[in-house]
Amino acid sequence: MAEKKLGLKEKYQLMTRGLDWETTYQPMDKVFPYDKYEGIKIKDWDKWEDPFRLTMDAYWKYQAEKERKLYAILDSFSQNNGQLNISDARYLTALKIWMQGITPAEYNSHRGFCMVGRQFRGAGARVACQMQALDELRHAQTQIHAFSHYNKHFGGFHQAMHMRDRAWYLSIPKSFFEDAMTAGPFEFVTSISFAFEYVLTNLLFMPFVSGAAYNGDMATTTFGFSAQSDESRHMTLGLEVVKFVLEQHEDNVPIMQRYIDKWFWRGYRLLALVGVMMDYMLPRKVMSWAEAWGIYWEENGTALFNDLARYGIKPPKYHEIATAEKNHITHQAWAVFYTACPATGFHAWLPQEYELDWLSEKYGSTFDRYYRPRFAEFARIEREGGRFYTNRLPLVCQTCQVPDFFTEVDNPMKQSIRQYEWQGMKYNFCSDGCRDIFAHEPEKFCQAYIPPQQIYQGNAGGARTLPEYAAWLKCEFGKDSGEYYTSEDYARWKAMHGGNDTTPSSAAA
Amino acid sequence: MSIDIKTANIEPVRLTFDHLEARIGKGKSATRYQEAVHDFQMTQNFHYRPTWEPEMELFDVRRTKIQLDDFDALTDPRQYYYGPYTIQRAKQQDNADSNFALIEKRKLFATMSGEWTDKIRRLIVPLRHVEWGANTNNTYLSGYGYGAPFTSAALMHAMDRLGIAQYLTRLALAVNGQDPVILDEGKALWLDDPLWQPLRRLVEDAMVQKDWFELHVLQNLLQDSQLVPLAFVHFDEAVGATGNVAFTLGTEFMREWFNESSRWVDATIKTASSAKPENRQLLNDWVALWWPRVQEAVAPLVLAAFGAEASAVSGALTAALNLRLGKLGLEAVA
Repeated sequence: MAEKKLGLKEKYQLMTRGLDWETTYQPMDKVFPYDKYEGIKIKDWDKWEDPFRLTMDAYWKYQAEKERKLYAILDSFSQNNGQLNISDARYLTALKIWMQGITPAEYNSHRGFCMVGRQFRGAGARVACQMQALDELRHAQTQIHAFSHYNKHFGGFHQAMHMRDRAWYLSIPKSFFEDAMTAGPFEFVTSISFAFEYVLTNLLFMPFVSGAAYNGDMATTTFGFSAQSDESRHMTLGLEVVKFVLEQHEDNVPIMQRYIDKWFWRGYRLLALVGVMMDYMLPRKVMSWAEAWGIYWEENGTALFNDLARYGIKPPKYHEIATAEKNHITHQAWAVFYTACPATGFHAWLPQEYELDWLSEKYGSTFDRYYRPRFAEFARIEREGGRFYTNRLPLVCQTCQVPDFFTEVDNPMKQSIRQYEWQGMKYNFCSDGCRDIFAHEPEKFCQAYIPPQQIYQGNAGGARTLPEYAAWLKCEFGKDSGEYYTSEDYARWKAMHGGNDTTPSSAAA
Repeated sequence: MSIDIKTANIEPVRLTFDHLEARIGKGKSATRYQEAVHDFQMTQNFHYRPTWEPEMELFDVRRTKIQLDDFDALTDPRQYYYGPYTIQRAKQQDNADSNFALIEKRKLFATMSGEWTDKIRRLIVPLRHVEWGANTNNTYLSGYGYGAPFTSAALMHAMDRLGIAQYLTRLALAVNGQDPVILDEGKALWLDDPLWQPLRRLVEDAMVQKDWFELHVLQNLLQDSQLVPLAFVHFDEAVGATGNVAFTLGTEFMREWFNESSRWVDATIKTASSAKPENRQLLNDWVALWWPRVQEAVAPLVLAAFGAEASAVSGALTAALNLRLGKLGLEAVA
């Protein structure tokens, strides 16, 4: 018999397709009970284009090679005390928030993809989700390994797993991912793969990984580069999901539009944490939040939604609001962190002179007028030997759980607050976007665990004050939380550098 | 003699994270495995009930009847986290690649007797679908199980099963001169041939089991303890006895994988069985409940493969399972 020659694509098809079958001893709807209740109609799962085109053996081979390189560098980093090479220990606040909020989110993403990797009845979609589940497990694990060395020398990391389920600001990523995982499988992939990983991913990766590179953090930079090719696969999956679902049935369009609207807005609100990282936590600046938003949303996002217009998909609702807010939110958020940092697992500080000038330059239309004077007032208090801390936790939005610092787009002096009444209860929101999300699923969002309310109800170990609350989070003032320039981290950092203060004097790397 | 290298010595303020210190004690360093798995899964203050199962929390211990004070006790004796797992599998795939290259270069299946290639078509190729079922079930364990040590290993186990299904695809193509029609024929057998129907019914029934630990016992202990050694040990020995090594080369991964991953399966079941007498009773009940179904599903395949030798092979498979059950503190099956 003559040997047949199989092309690569054909070979791949044979390796993944046709393994599944239409069950008959158990009805398909019982084997796959969760992929219909959202109302998404799939006529032909075989139209799914596998975005990864990786057989398992190829996956093992490529990924193992990346792991070998990554761990060689992580080993070298800890052996050579790589923490000495970062720009300034203030930078660590970004890493601490990452470990407390984003690493657990990577884990949740892993579990969510395990779930949808079981839920979809289409074999191609299932395999793609399973591979992403494994990638996300990788990211959670490599991140804790990268942060492990920092934990040995600085505060704020050691209690991260304890804080993750409790702290007020960590409720932002926790509620985001739990919202996605408790939704149906199509909403889950639209939220994580499309809205988060495709539309907004550069806004997440840019500050974190480029920020690490600009600030001398070899461990995180290496992890980031190593994860980059995983992320490219995930982006491809995100776009494939949306196009596949839209092409399957016209009834899917309004459902997908609602998912896109909801998750764009939720993702954007979550990124407030990242924006403040870019503008305030990186001693060496990569670019400003407003610049990043301009490139990665206003330019790239517009191009993407022009492309999706042929499916009847419109740009996400309220995206103009997000753009209008770009010159405000990071300054507002840092003021909250600066004043509430005793109730967190990180340190905060007033921007140095070079940073204030950088912010004035990057935010010419807003910073000098609205925000620099506020920081000047905090500085006056510090000069007089004080330090302004708030004595209560901020109220947070019922949907996104971000503190109530947002202002009206046409009046930055007026707080943006929306209300919605449901079953006799009044709920507060930061924006029309968040109120609309609640109004569509009130029975879901009324369940949210709202940390500040829990404290007042006595569910935070009986804590009544901020220091008591911080103790419940296992955060010790001066060691894990509060002002940076009086912290043990700062003292230790100076000791590592022969007693010198190494705070940079310019934003350039 | 050793060479002395001086480096900057900076005393650490702690050796590991609080959550690991609580497990391993103060003043000790955690391993990368411990860092990678312990306490990763969220346990409290969940925001919303799942819209797909509103009676449960997102992660909920009630998804199995097995009771453990600490589900993180279900650790993996291989200590696999992503790095060692992919690196180990990459080595094995390198080996499998060379084996398949040799099979193709020497056209080893072309020299195998028709009797045996027919048996491979009828009795081995349809196992692709059994492996896909095992992938489906282990993905369920990874999604709805409890505790990162168990669920992360379950996902790796799921991906292993996809890998095995793909190695079987490669084997089938090699048997048939790369003509994929052999895969369609195998699927037709799986769907319609009476020989395969008890097994297909078992696989489909497993797919609707809700208790993840019960599914773990059914899929990863009972069903695999019979089918994997049947196909890749006993059948392999019989083909090998003809002097043709093609099948042995093409299935080396499966044998190595079974020996290695059984350690994980056994360790998790033993931890559950020794934690509480109620667990042991439950595990014995599950074994007793599913064993007749597994026997019913596997017996026709043993008979078709071994004819007059069938009862000896069945006896050996049962004895091997009983040896494992004994070590797990569970009752033997008949």
